[in-house]
Amino acid sequence: MRDVAVIGVGITKFGELWDLSFRQMIIDAGARALEDANIDGKQIDAMYVGNMSGGKLVNQEHTASLIADHAGLAPIPSTRVEGACASGGLALRQAVLSVASGIHDYVVAAGIEKMTDVLSEYATGTLAAASDQEWEVFMGATFPGIYALMARRHMYEFGTTEKQMAMVAVKNHGNACMNPCAQYHMKVSVDSVLKSSPVVLPLKLLDCSPITDGAACVIVAPAEKAKNLERPPILIKGTGQASDSISLHSRQSLTSLMATVEASKMAYRMAKIGPSDIDVAEVHDCFTIAEIVAIEDLGFFPKGSGGKATEEGETAIGSKIPINTSGGLKGKGHPVGATGVAQAVEIVQQLRGEAGKRQVSGAEIGLTHNVGGSGGTAVVHVFKRGD
Amino acid sequence: MAVPRFWREIPNRYNLIGTKCGNCNKVLFPPRYICPYCRRMGKLEPYKLSRHGKIVSYGIVHVGAEGFEDQIPYVLAIVELDDGPRLTTQIVDCSPEEVNIGDEVELTFRRTGQDNDDGVVYYSFKFRKPFPKS
Amino acid sequence: MDVGIIGYGVYVPRYRIRVEDIAKVWGEDAIRIRQGLLVDEKSVPAADEDTATISVEAARNAVKRAVINPQDIGAIYVGSESHPYAVKPTATIVAEAVEATPNLTAADMEFACKAGTAGMQACMGLVEAKLIKYGMAIGSDTAQAAPGDALEYTAAAGGGAFIIGKNNGESIAEIEGTYSYSTDLPDFWRREMRPYPKHGGRFTGKPAYFKHVLSAAHGILRQLKLTPQDFAHAVFHQPNGKFPCQVAEELGFSKAQLATGLVTPKIGNTYSGCSMIGLAAVLDKANPGERILVVSYGSGAGSDAFSIRVKEAVEKKRELALTTLDYINNKLYIDYSSYTKHKRLLVT
Repeated sequence: MRDVAVIGVGITKFGELWDLSFRQMIIDAGARALEDANIDGKQIDAMYVGNMSGGKLVNQEHTASLIADHAGLAPIPSTRVEGACASGGLALRQAVLSVASGIHDYVVAAGIEKMTDVLSEYATGTLAAASDQEWEVFMGATFPGIYALMARRHMYEFGTTEKQMAMVAVKNHGNACMNPCAQYHMKVSVDSVLKSSPVVLPLKLLDCSPITDGAACVIVAPAEKAKNLERPPILIKGTGQASDSISLHSRQSLTSLMATVEASKMAYRMAKIGPSDIDVAEVHDCFTIAEIVAIEDLGFFPKGSGGKATEEGETAIGSKIPINTSGGLKGKGHPVGATGVAQAVEIVQQLRGEAGKRQVSGAEIGLTHNVGGSGGTAVVHVFKRGD
Repeated sequence: MAVPRFWREIPNRYNLIGTKCGNCNKVLFPPRYICPYCRRMGKLEPYKLSRHGKIVSYGIVHVGAEGFEDQIPYVLAIVELDDGPRLTTQIVDCSPEEVNIGDEVELTFRRTGQDNDDGVVYYSFKFRKPFPKS
Repeated sequence: MDVGIIGYGVYVPRYRIRVEDIAKVWGEDAIRIRQGLLVDEKSVPAADEDTATISVEAARNAVKRAVINPQDIGAIYVGSESHPYAVKPTATIVAEAVEATPNLTAADMEFACKAGTAGMQACMGLVEAKLIKYGMAIGSDTAQAAPGDALEYTAAAGGGAFIIGKNNGESIAEIEGTYSYSTDLPDFWRREMRPYPKHGGRFTGKPAYFKHVLSAAHGILRQLKLTPQDFAHAVFHQPNGKFPCQVAEELGFSKAQLATGLVTPKIGNTYSGCSMIGLAAVLDKANPGERILVVSYGSGAGSDAFSIRVKEAVEKKRELALTTLDYINNKLYIDYSSYTKHKRLLVT
């Protein structure tokens, strides 16, 4: 098994990209990554594409080969992986495994989602396909609905408040203001979150991540090939993945994602570190409650105290464990298939010292956490600056 | 939802028919095809679940799923049946303010939607707080 | 005849709208309407209720009271004016929901408000012919009324289910006889694909309701050689609170005999459910040995009359499910705008 390093990253602006098609977005992100890696496209050996729903959103399946072709990379093997909102993280993991195993050298992990070609209601319905069609969606459950059930139970079991959940949104929007690629460059206040229109109570509009277009790309290679390049290589020291029931009612707990716990254990073990070693993390905040649950499940805070920790500023830049410096899914946007890869882009930039105003000083070890659906899949990666 | 898919699950949705493993005695709903605990050692058989349970969590839906617009606001909930399994459902016949975690609820039979006004009507379980004896 | 009622059940939705709240919208005099119709309020189905769901609830209650294995039900008939489908029977939805499938016959019936009692007669025939062990007849409706029409004050939602079997130890009441009177008289109708019924105004009174109810009542009394004094209770089809009182008086029944079975003032006219719910209300209270006269009426037009004698088993069995009064008293008031949403009057 070889050590794996990230040698290049690229990301488009996230937002409602009316002028850019599915094909254009991925080419944009890919070109930036190649430039960042300072290698030629001809050197790429394989590609993994994270894309949740080409079929429903742009009526296109077979997207991995489509992208390989349009990128001028055919005939490399190109594979689409799908794990709902964890598709990007899964693509990254597949790329890492293929390099670690020695099968390929330079591998692209791409993530893309084009969500605004269809009406918002249709896009929301498409996301709901990540839930159990027969037993959740059929009963009237929506994505916000499932997370609302988690939120209310978390409030009931641990005393988490809507105000604490709102503070996740405040922090992440604040961070997004410092991220040129983010969808939103506006601050929000606790008051505006609490007063925003009800979606599924206790979740309101500003508790929910938006519908976004975007693409991101990460190029991985064996660590020894990365030594020759200018910047310090960013090693992927740990990769972990886990599955769980896709329906919330079939899981053991409404307030903890077993998939996150297991995936992070796997990644920490492989990287030979623990949660307290992490300097900065991008976690899956599809809803404000999701970030609170994630920072508990990842081991940063004891179970039940995620809300209080957020309220007390312990996840802000400059604090104990800065979470979602990019703005997270909430502030940066959530083009579903791209998110997992975009999280890696942020961590790489943090560890390289290239995060501008969002920089966490002295960051050496970072973590990304990507979840599919309401917790049916979780993918965790641990990154370390190699000197 | 496609007609055959809806039809196949009628006994489960109308009558809460789940499965019970003859090996580990765990009661499973929604129904499964292999016991997740015993896998191939399991002996799954149809099992009629309790029609009574408790609310584990709930949310008040203001932006609904497609086809549920005329029911807004509705209460989405996870109910834990007396036999153990949990399911996702709606709580009906009361105002959303009257719903609490821990409330006891009983089975009722309602429409969950339809495939447009010229398609099949979907029926399923929903739950309500028991009607009082006067 | 050797048939009896083995079990019965009703269901009335929780929601109610008062006459006042409807009259306000149309600028009408609520007091005059209340007095004229003898109706205070009517039941309204929830947005996710329909004739099938109401039938299932009533049927499940009937099976509870009957204390039988539902697999022994050999026939299910659902009578309604508001079946969810024009083609695809409500009866099989009910059959599945009470676990009576697959070895049974089933069909839907339509005869305005007497479709349920027609189903009872069909079950009686099958039981008497020893073709089935038990048959279930259900009458239920989510009645439609054009906004602003007089019927809007009374068109309600509810259903009753009766399980018919041999008149043996488990029967709670014996059906002593039945007599029907049917003619082709178009007093009230609804054409295919039209949302609301139409009616002949005052024509729906004397030549329609009264003629058929009186004829069927006279018919059964004559056939069984009985008089009004032989009955402790009488249930007549009750499109409002007034008609049954008028027909009772004409036949020689007293207000007291009518009281227990008169439910329309509190829940409105449940159409196919009407006479069945009235009968259930009586069975909830009647003493063994008492006789009940039931005369239903369906526009178009016809009446089914039954003479029913209550037996001992009723006292034990009626506690096994919620009573008619339990449903009548379990109410949640709504205003006219919520009413339009429940009834899908506003097209989205």
